[in-house]
Amino acid sequence: MSPPAALPHDSALGHVTGAARYLDDIPTPAGTLHLAFGLSPEARGVITGLDLSAVRAAPGVVAVLTADDLERPADCSPSAHDEPLLAEGEVHYHGQPVFLVIATSHRAARVAARRGRVEIDPRPAILTIDDALAAGSHFEGGPLVWTRGDVEAALGQAAHVIEGEIEIGGQEHFYLEGQAALALPAEAGGMVVHSSTQHPTEIQHKVAEALGVPMHAVRVEARRLGGGFGGKESQGNALAVACAIAARRTGRPCKMRYDRDDDMVITGKRHDFRIRYRAGVNSGGRLLGVDFTHYVRAGWSADLTAPVADRAMLHADNAYFIPAMRIESHRLRTNTASATAFRGFGGPQGVLGIERVLDHVAHALGLDPLTVRRKNLYAKTKVQKTHYGQPVQGFVLPDIMRLLAESADYEARRARVRDWNDRNPVIRRGIALTPVKFGISFTLTHLNQAGALVHVYQDGSIHLNHGGIEMGQGLHQKVAQVLAGVFDVAPEAVRITATDTDKVPNTSATAASSGSDLNGMAARAAGEEIRARMVRFLSESHGVKPRDIRFEAGNVKVGGLSMSFADAARACYEGRVSLSATGFYKTPDISWDRQAGQGHPFYYFAHGAAVTEVAVDTLTGEYRLLRTDILHDVGESLNPALDRGQIEGGYIQGVGWLTTEELVWDGKGRLLTHAPSTYKIPAVSDRPDVFNVALWGQPNTVPTVGRSKAVGEPPLMLGISAFLAISDAIARPGGPYPALDAPATAERVLLAIRRART
Amino acid sequence: MDIAFLLNGEPVRLRGVDPLTTTLDWLREARGLTGTKEGCNEGDCGACTVMLTDGASTRALNACLLFLPQLDGKALTTIEGLAAPDGTLHPVQQAMIEHHGAQCGFCTPGIVMSLAAGQASGEHDVNRLLSGNLCRCTGYAPIARAAEAAFARPLPEAFSPPPAGPGPRAFVEPELPDSIDALAARLVERPETRIVAGATDLGLRHTKALEDLGPVVFVSQIEEMARIETSPYMIRIGAAASIEALRKAMRQPHPHFAAMLDRFASAQVRAAATVGGNIANGSPIGDTPPPLIALGASLLLRRGEVSREIPLEDFFIEYGRQDRAPGEFIEAIVLPHEAGAEDRLRVYKISKRFDQDISSVLGAFNIVVNEGKVQSARIAFGGMAGVPKRALAAERALVGAPWSRETVEAGMAAMAEDFTPLSDHRASAAYRLLTAANLLLRYWLEDQGEPVSVREVQP
Repeated sequence: MSPPAALPHDSALGHVTGAARYLDDIPTPAGTLHLAFGLSPEARGVITGLDLSAVRAAPGVVAVLTADDLERPADCSPSAHDEPLLAEGEVHYHGQPVFLVIATSHRAARVAARRGRVEIDPRPAILTIDDALAAGSHFEGGPLVWTRGDVEAALGQAAHVIEGEIEIGGQEHFYLEGQAALALPAEAGGMVVHSSTQHPTEIQHKVAEALGVPMHAVRVEARRLGGGFGGKESQGNALAVACAIAARRTGRPCKMRYDRDDDMVITGKRHDFRIRYRAGVNSGGRLLGVDFTHYVRAGWSADLTAPVADRAMLHADNAYFIPAMRIESHRLRTNTASATAFRGFGGPQGVLGIERVLDHVAHALGLDPLTVRRKNLYAKTKVQKTHYGQPVQGFVLPDIMRLLAESADYEARRARVRDWNDRNPVIRRGIALTPVKFGISFTLTHLNQAGALVHVYQDGSIHLNHGGIEMGQGLHQKVAQVLAGVFDVAPEAVRITATDTDKVPNTSATAASSGSDLNGMAARAAGEEIRARMVRFLSESHGVKPRDIRFEAGNVKVGGLSMSFADAARACYEGRVSLSATGFYKTPDISWDRQAGQGHPFYYFAHGAAVTEVAVDTLTGEYRLLRTDILHDVGESLNPALDRGQIEGGYIQGVGWLTTEELVWDGKGRLLTHAPSTYKIPAVSDRPDVFNVALWGQPNTVPTVGRSKAVGEPPLMLGISAFLAISDAIARPGGPYPALDAPATAERVLLAIRRART
Repeated sequence: MDIAFLLNGEPVRLRGVDPLTTTLDWLREARGLTGTKEGCNEGDCGACTVMLTDGASTRALNACLLFLPQLDGKALTTIEGLAAPDGTLHPVQQAMIEHHGAQCGFCTPGIVMSLAAGQASGEHDVNRLLSGNLCRCTGYAPIARAAEAAFARPLPEAFSPPPAGPGPRAFVEPELPDSIDALAARLVERPETRIVAGATDLGLRHTKALEDLGPVVFVSQIEEMARIETSPYMIRIGAAASIEALRKAMRQPHPHFAAMLDRFASAQVRAAATVGGNIANGSPIGDTPPPLIALGASLLLRRGEVSREIPLEDFFIEYGRQDRAPGEFIEAIVLPHEAGAEDRLRVYKISKRFDQDISSVLGAFNIVVNEGKVQSARIAFGGMAGVPKRALAAERALVGAPWSRETVEAGMAAMAEDFTPLSDHRASAAYRLLTAANLLLRYWLEDQGEPVSVREVQP
C-alpha cells in the first residue's frame, strides 16, 4: 500500500468554487412545497385551543396539519418513542413544534406559521437542574451508580479531601448548514428522501414508520452535510418525517429547512452538567478515591441522553488511575429542548470533571498541576484497569505529555508566567497542560458495524459507496484512499458517491469518531473481495500462481507480464468475473454491561495533550489565547492533513464550548441566545497567536484500518487546557480556589477573579 | 421598480422587482446560483458573502442583508464568477485547496469571497477580513495559512476587480433618489417612508421579524450624503457614510475610536452599515454614539428644506424614542476638530467575543488633564441605560480634581448614580456597573503607562 497521503478533501474544488451541492442547493421539481413548524409559546402546559384560521388564510398556504390531522402517530425519537412530530395535547418545551404549515415558498410558510394562535394552560415548568431535582424529575427512574472499591474508606484515609462543584454549560452545534430535508413521492407508496443527516438509516426507519410502509419503500440519500458535530444524528428526523408526510398527503415534493433561529430553538444541544466532587489525595497529590455526582440536564425527551450520560461516566477517569471511585449520574427531565449528541457525546463533561478535580487538588496542595497530573496517570508499563474494568493498553500519554512539555517549553514558560504575574497588576497570564484519553467504539455494542459497496467498472474506474456520512471530516477521502490502496491505484480512480440506503443498508450513524474505522474496514473488505476474484481469474487465465500477481502503482503484474489496472479489469469482465462486492466489518473484542458499569466497551483509546497559555484582564474578565501546542495520537495517519484539520478544529470548538459559547434561557424556558448575534462561537481572531500541532504517529496497537486511530471527537477535549489556563491566571497561591464555571465568559471570569481574592 | 447592475460581468436589468427582495434569495431562488449560502440570514455568519464594486471600492457584503435596489449601478461578483473565464482558480481558491482551508465547505464560498475582496482592495489583515465569516470546522488556522499564501503573491491581471458597474441609470426611480434634496422631498411627501441605508439592522425586520416594511427609500445612490469632510474646525460626516469610511477617517484624529470600529460588527457589516443608521435606530448599544458624544458631536437634522443642529446626546430621549419628527432625517454628524490638539479619547468595548459582537458595555472617555488636574471630562456609555448616555456624576467627580487614583476611584463610585443597567443575555447589571467603573480605572492606568489590554500581550 502507498504511504499515507496528505491529499485534499475530496470535495475541495467544489467547496472553493461553490459547486459542491448541499441539500438546499438540489434543484427541485416544479410544484415543490415548503414547510415550516408553528412552535409552542410555552415551556409546559396543556393545549386548550388552536386557532389556525389566519395561518390557513395566509398567502401561499396549501395545508396546515396538527397532530390530530395525521393518519397515524408520527414519532421522531431515536430511542424511546417519546417525541411526537407535533405536540399531542400537551407541550413540553418552548419551541416545540405544534403545527405544520405547507406552503408554496419557504418565506410564505414562515410568515404563515407566525400567525397561529396556540392557547396553552401553563403548568409549572421544570427548567433547571435544581427544578428537576426538587421535582424528582428523572429519566431511568433515578440515578445510575457505578462504584469501584470503597470510596468512603479511601476518603477517610486521605491526607486531604478536596470538595467542589463545577457548572458546565451546554453548547449549540452551530453547523453552518441548518437542518434540512426534501421528500419526493415515488410510485407504489415509495418515498425518496434527501436529508442532511448523520444517520440515513434512522431517517429511513422513522419515515417508514410515519408512513406505515416497510423500510424498503423509503430511500434516503445524503451526499454531504454542511457540518454535523452530532447535531444531525437525531435532530433531522422531524424535518424528514414532516416532509414525507406532507409529500404523501399532497402528492408533491416537499422541502423543509429551519431558519437559523428556529433551528437553535427547536433542536437539542450539548447537555449541560453540574459535577460535584469529593476527592481524597495523599500529601503528594496522588488520588486515593473520588466521589462524583453528575447532574445532567436532559431536556424533555429521552433522545440519546442515556448513552451520553454513560459516556460521561466512562470518561470520569480521563487518563488517571483512581483506585476507588463512585459515580452517581442523574439524568434529569426538564422542559427544555432535548439535549442530544454533540462531538464527544458526554466524554467532554466527564473529562472536565476529573481535570477540574486535579486542578483543584494542585491548587490546594500548592503543587504544579502538571506534576499532579503526571503522578496520577495510568501506568505506562503495567496494565491497570479503568473503573469499569477495561485494561488500559497501549497507553502513550506519559510519553506524549513528556514530549509536549519539552517541545512547548512548559517549565520555562510556567516560570515566565509567574514572573509576569508578579510584575503586572492588571493583566495576568496563565498556562495549563491537559491530556485526553478517549474510548473508541459505540457503547451500544451492536452499532459497531458497517457496510460498503464497491464496483470496479470494465474501464478500471471504481465506484465506492459506504454507510458513512461526509460532514466535513474528510471521511470519504480517507475511505477512498484506503480503497485505492487495495488496488494500488491513484485515489482519483475512485469515485465517491452519495450515502444511500439503497446501496448500503442498516448503517449506524456516522458518530462516535467511528467513521473511518468502520467504513474504511468495510470498503477494504469489499475491495479485497474483488481483488481476490481478479487474482483468481488472472491466475487461472495466465497460468500464474496467485502469489505472483501483484497490484502496483496502477498496474497489475501477472508473473512477468504487466498490464494496466484498466486492462486487468476489462480482462476480468470479459472473463465473466463479478467486479462488484459488498464489504462488511464489525469491531471485535468489545462487550459492555451498562447497568453494572463493567466490561470492555472500547476497542482502543485515542490520546492527546495540549498546552495553552492565556492572558486575562482582571478589570473586565476579558481574556485571549496566546499560544497553543498540541501533540495528538492518531495512530498511523490515513491522511495527516485531514487529521490535523480535525485536531485544530476540534480544539477551537472545545475552547468555544468552555469560553464564549453561552446558552441563556429566561425564567419561562425561552432560549434567549437563538442566533449567531447572541450566541458566540469562536471567530477568526479568537484562535491563538501561535498554534502548533503535531501528530503522534505511532501505529495503533490493535489492527484498525492501516493502524490508524479515530480523530473526530478526542481533540475537542484539548480545549479544556484553555479553560484551565484561564483558571490558572486567576488563581493566587494560597488564596481561595477560583472555582471557575463554564462557559468562562468575561463576566464569569471577573466573578472568579473576585472570588480568588477574597 | 427597475434596476440595472452587473452580475459576474454580465449586465442584468430587472423590471418590476420587489424592492425588499434580498440579493441572497434572488441569487439562489431566481438565478439558481446556489454557491452563495444561507447560514443565518441575519448577517452574522458570512456564508452568503458576495463582492460589490462601485466607483468607491470593492468590498465584501452579506447578500442576506442586501436588497436588490442597493445593487443598482454596481457590479456584483459571486463565488461562481470568481475564477477566470478559462476556469483558472483565483489564488485564494487555489490556496484554500492546497492548505486544506475547507472541511464541510459550507462557509467556504463566503470565506473565499471575503479574502478575494481583501486582495482586490489591498487589505491583507486576515482577522479584519474574516471578522464576519464563521467557520465551525477548521478553527481558522488552515484558512489563515491559505490567506497568507494567496496574499504572498501579487494578484494576476485576470482577477483584477470587476468594472465598477453600469453607473448611474438613465431611468429614475423615486425610491432611489440621487440627491439629498430629492430624499428630503420624498420624505416630506411620504413621511411614513422608511429609509434603507446599509440595511444591516432594518434588513432583519424583513428576514427575521418577517415584517411588512411598507414604503421604503434607499440612500445608496446619494453620493453627497456619504462624504466625510474635514475642515479646520470640524469633521462633517455624511449620515450615509459607512462605518468603514468612518473608521478610516478616524485613524488619524482619533486612533482609539478607529481601533474600536475595527471591532464594530464585521467587515461585511462595516462596509454596509452607515453612521446615520447606527444613530437613527436609537439603539442603546450602538457603538458609534458613545465616542461621538464623548467628542462633543452634534447632529444635523433636516426636514424638507429646514435644517436644525442638536447635541447628539439630546437626540436620544428614552429607549425607543428619539428627537426626530415625521419626515425628518439625519443629514450629517458634525465633530469638533482642532488640528494638533492632543487626542485624549479612549474607547473600550466589552463583549462576549472580541469580533462581531454586540457590546455589553462600551465606554468612551475624553478626559483632558492640565497641570495635574482634570480640566474637562466627557464620558459616555453604551449598554448602561435605555439610550447611549453620559456619565455626568462621574464627570463631576473628576473635573477640577487632581488626576490621581483617588479621584478616579471617586469617579468610579459616582457611576452608581449615573446608571442602573439591565441584566440580559449579554451581561448582568452587576457586571455592567462593575466593568463600567473599572474602565475608568483602565483609562487612568493606561495614562500611567500600565499594560491594560489583553489584545496587546505578546505570546
